[in-house]
Amino acid sequence: MKKLDHKGYYFIAPFFIIFLIFNIYPVLLTFYYTFTHYEGYGSPEFIGLANYARIFTDTQFLEAFVNTWKIWGFNFALQLGIALFLAALFSDLRFRIKGLGFFRAIFYLPNLITISSVAILFNIMLDWHYGSVNQFLMNIGLISEPINWLNQPFTAQVSVSLILTWMWFGYTFIVLMAGVSGISKEYYEAALIDGANRIQTFLYITLPLLKPIMLYVMITSLIGGLQLFDLPMLLTDGLGNPEGALNTMVLYLYNQAFRYNNYGYAATIAYMLFLITVVFSAITFKSMYREVNGSKATSKSKKRKAKNAKKRGNVHVYEKVSKQNTYI
Amino acid sequence: MYMRRYLNKTLIYSLLILLAVISFIPFYMMIVNATRETKDIIMGFSFLPGNALIENYKTMMDYVNIWAGFKNSLIVSVTVTVLSGYFSALTAFGFAVYNFKGKNKLFIFMLLMMMVPGQLGLIGFYELNKALGFLDTFIPLIVPAIASPFVVFFLRQYLASTLHPSLLEAARMDGASELKIFHTIALPIMMPAVATMSIFTFIGSWNNYILPLVVIFSPEKYTLPVLMGFLKGSQVAQNLGSMYLGIAISVVPIMIAFLFFSKYIISSISAGSVKG
Repeated sequence: MKKLDHKGYYFIAPFFIIFLIFNIYPVLLTFYYTFTHYEGYGSPEFIGLANYARIFTDTQFLEAFVNTWKIWGFNFALQLGIALFLAALFSDLRFRIKGLGFFRAIFYLPNLITISSVAILFNIMLDWHYGSVNQFLMNIGLISEPINWLNQPFTAQVSVSLILTWMWFGYTFIVLMAGVSGISKEYYEAALIDGANRIQTFLYITLPLLKPIMLYVMITSLIGGLQLFDLPMLLTDGLGNPEGALNTMVLYLYNQAFRYNNYGYAATIAYMLFLITVVFSAITFKSMYREVNGSKATSKSKKRKAKNAKKRGNVHVYEKVSKQNTYI
Repeated sequence: MYMRRYLNKTLIYSLLILLAVISFIPFYMMIVNATRETKDIIMGFSFLPGNALIENYKTMMDYVNIWAGFKNSLIVSVTVTVLSGYFSALTAFGFAVYNFKGKNKLFIFMLLMMMVPGQLGLIGFYELNKALGFLDTFIPLIVPAIASPFVVFFLRQYLASTLHPSLLEAARMDGASELKIFHTIALPIMMPAVATMSIFTFIGSWNNYILPLVVIFSPEKYTLPVLMGFLKGSQVAQNLGSMYLGIAISVVPIMIAFLFFSKYIISSISAGSVKG
């Protein structure tokens, strides 16, 4: 037992003073506003749970919730698919693909650029008649007449999803590659010796071992995705048009607070958003975690491979696999 | 057999190059269109640059001074990075070196608050700054950076594995004050980790949109992302060439910086995700 030393307080004091003022206090104040009607001037009027009653019957909030999920979900499936495919290519011992550094850097580039710049860039590039995207697609003959990307609900949502995928697949790929490089080469060599083909190697070695890191990617992406704001705000008029298709939860929050001065209701949206984030992160974590723990070499081929590996002196490959899985 | 493998490889490389082109082409189009006249841009699409760069620049500057936004973003991001780096190191040092009452509880509390998304307290944050008279200043963008839980967490972990207690004892024997020990021993040890975190702090602050949008009102104080939104709603939007140029100016410096730091940034992401 070390002796107590009060000097530590001096070192952490600035952090906690600022943290209390600019972080904790606003969060608590916002919570108080959820019980009030407040338009930004005068003093907030206490109205009990009326805001909560309103949010559960608010079709616009429901719409924002659904939109956010649609846009994030489509983007995430696509993004993870591309990133996994790339990770599979680069982790394959037989392909020996060169230029990982170069490709990583260029795939990651869109992620680094200010989202608001990206949004405005695509706002003009996706223009119905003058946008480069339509001009290009018509030039190469892929479409015969221009698509009005940002003025139809479906294409607008797809546009946002695709832009998000474009921005994030490189990041996801880098993170997955970090996971791949953490996998011991022994497994791949053992699989190679056993004559497992590419798809088997990917399905039975890479994929299960990547699950913990996929969980990390999924939760961070989900939290970020639920807070989607910059793109829908700047791609169209900032109100979520066309026909409310780009109305996301944070955009709705922003408009309620700073466009319509409904601070009390906007605060309630913020808390609902928080609740949704916590619930879905917990669900994701739980379901993925169970899978991670449940994947201990059950299939016959795996057991056989494990046996073979042992015979050849590759130490307990599959036991190691399942051990690695419990990490996180 | 060899033929097939060769074909496979060609296919894979073509695919990778296609993805690389997709990643880069919007930026290329942006740069090309920044040098073309609006009427040419409307007429059609070209991979070749035009010669209207200077005209586009003049048109843009008539309405929006993009360099002012640049300057504001730079002031905010640099200050945020320095404050966040220094105070996080200080806090991490306090947590890693001393033993005091409630230390673990405070640390866990900090970690829990790390999970809370930024938007949760947005309304309260706005009202707080209104009450304090900080609206339309850089204070609400800069000062909160002193409390960056994630950076503290990262630095504390780093310090716990690199700082040996005997170093501190030796310094104490020599009569150095605790603050001096921090500045001369702990801070230099933490520098590599501080630098890693600083890159992300800087990028995060540079790209931040919603916060300056909410607290800054005067166009001359706009940071670059807010100025971009302003550009879209202004007269400049009529002139596509100037629009592209404005966006290009906001993007190209980051691309150049990335050229130099890309290896460092990417290895930091990899390290963060495996440990995190």
